[in-house]
Amino acid sequence: MSDAQTQIPVTVLTGYLGAGKTTLLNRILSENHGRRYAVIVNEFGEIGIDNELIVESDEEIYEMNNGCVCCTVRGDLIRVVEGLMRRPGRFDAIVVETTGLADPVPVAQTFFMDDDVRSKTRLDAVVALVDAKHLPLRLKDSREAEDQIAFADVVVLNKTDLVTPEELSKVEATIRAINPAARIHRTTRASVALSEVLDRGAFDLSRALENDPHFLEAHDDHDHHDHDHDHDHHHHDHDGHDHHDHDGHHHAHPSDIHDVTVQSVSLRGGEMDPKKFFPWIEKVTQMEGPNILRLKGILALKGDDERYVIQGVHMIIEGDHQRAWKDGEKHESRLVFIGRELDAERLKTSFEACQAA
Amino acid sequence: MPTVAPLDLEGHCLAAVFLGDVPHFALADGTIHRLDHGHKTVQANDGMLAAFHDAANDRLITGGEDGRIFGVTAGGNTAELATAGKKWITSVAAGPQGAVAYASGKIAYVRFADGKTREFSHPRSVEGLAFSPKGMRFGVARYNGATLHFPAADGKPVELEWAGAHTGITFSPDGGFVVTTMQENALHGWKLADGKHMRMSGYPGKVKSLSWSAKGKWLASSGAPAAIVWPFSGKDGPMGKAPLELGTRGNAMVTSVACHPSQDVVAVGYDDGMVMAVRFADAREVLLRRPGKGAVTSMMWDRQERRVAFGSAAGDCGVIDISA
Repeated sequence: MSDAQTQIPVTVLTGYLGAGKTTLLNRILSENHGRRYAVIVNEFGEIGIDNELIVESDEEIYEMNNGCVCCTVRGDLIRVVEGLMRRPGRFDAIVVETTGLADPVPVAQTFFMDDDVRSKTRLDAVVALVDAKHLPLRLKDSREAEDQIAFADVVVLNKTDLVTPEELSKVEATIRAINPAARIHRTTRASVALSEVLDRGAFDLSRALENDPHFLEAHDDHDHHDHDHDHDHHHHDHDGHDHHDHDGHHHAHPSDIHDVTVQSVSLRGGEMDPKKFFPWIEKVTQMEGPNILRLKGILALKGDDERYVIQGVHMIIEGDHQRAWKDGEKHESRLVFIGRELDAERLKTSFEACQAA
Repeated sequence: MPTVAPLDLEGHCLAAVFLGDVPHFALADGTIHRLDHGHKTVQANDGMLAAFHDAANDRLITGGEDGRIFGVTAGGNTAELATAGKKWITSVAAGPQGAVAYASGKIAYVRFADGKTREFSHPRSVEGLAFSPKGMRFGVARYNGATLHFPAADGKPVELEWAGAHTGITFSPDGGFVVTTMQENALHGWKLADGKHMRMSGYPGKVKSLSWSAKGKWLASSGAPAAIVWPFSGKDGPMGKAPLELGTRGNAMVTSVACHPSQDVVAVGYDDGMVMAVRFADAREVLLRRPGKGAVTSMMWDRQERRVAFGSAAGDCGVIDISA
């Protein structure tokens, strides 16, 4: 009754007040793209579009009573999604707009931890709007701004007209330092192509990482640029290489990342022994779960002729076979952790110890 | 052999009830259908989210996306009882002396029979509402517990604390116990006389349907492959006692339960649309309806104890006649 075809995609929009969320929402609701959206907002606020499917909802973060502090869900979303899904014919997709200070994790976890929500909807992508001018200040005074970027699949770097080219490069480098796996779009007035924020399949294991250029660049697989229509950021290709070459140590531009507490750890290896790898990743997510915001990986498993993909949010981890390895494709394993207080060296050593003999 | 009079509707059925002995079916689109010498329809809310059967007044209370609360009586008479702005009405309940409660966000409202209303603000969202059968008292299910208000009097509410998200609430028919449904696949109960806790866990799924048996001796619940029926006849409720597991199936989950009005029998509805009646004493099962299109969402026995109205998530509703 709940196969993938009938699951409604959900896009989560995060970003500080003034970053351009409302502008982007108004575009999603008014542009002629042939899809109907239900929008869940914290306050009706300035959405200028008359749409009966704008639902106001009080952000309610519920800690699950299972002893795990990072197991949080948005209780109001469970209720609103349940209500919306009782009349599914009215819309094709859902957009959740969070408040400026919102922690994106409970929103995302709701779509994995609640059985009812999970059976009817699927998280499509987390999109963070960032104000190019004010990001440095935001990073100084809050942890949420950093979390939103760290957690995003797509970052819309907005209001680029308000900063100099030098400032812009710095801001973008900071975003990259926080999250090497996200796609970044430079915009003014949130004018990103809607196809770059909607229907991304960022949590879809069968599509996982296909639209993740930086992740794939580490693999030196330039074929994937064919899928990348965002010309804005081609000239920043070197960023991805830099970070991956440094195995997650982002100290290349210390002045930019002064207020960054999130780090990423990128791991590469050969074929993995599944008997070692799965217990290892289980243990890492159990032990380090609270420190891991996101993890993504493509794995080559010994004796398996298909690519295996995994993704995780805190302690939640899921994995599946994605597709057969192509002829001539190098059987390599790559894994990125984005989080805080990660012991890069230990992760690297223990990951490499999972390689097949 | 029971016979089924089907009523195939379009959409999710929130409540299947008898009003004036006529079966009524309230759908999520706000339409209310009835089988009264043919199929008839009236419109209540523009998008219905919550419905509660007010047995004392033989009416259905509904709340919806339009921020309005309706009372629906036999013959398809709908009357707007209250409005609460643009926000969704997510929960409704009916109480003694014609009082009605409804919730929107963090506020619970009580409307008395004379039309006066009172507001009760909470620090967190109001997830569920229920009146005590005795006295003018109602309970709010909320994060980390429940709050009991006395809307006819001033004074502080009673706070019942238990960590976790409480999503629904019910009082036992004697008013002695409060039981909540929780986000984490469990029930929690309090004995009001002494505040003693009752933990009822082990469900593989969320509990969405609760029903007290005749005189409140048992509480039947959904959320498992069987109806889980907790004994409440002892002075400490189900503590230290195992529940009955009735109508166990290997490949289906119970989604709706409705206890018989006078006997220890429960109607059990499953996620595949099947309905069975099961006797507590010997767990004997009688098939009332074969699987249908969607999960059973609501059921009610009529006063003659002869028919069961049922609704489903897919709209295939109907009435089962067990006397035929």
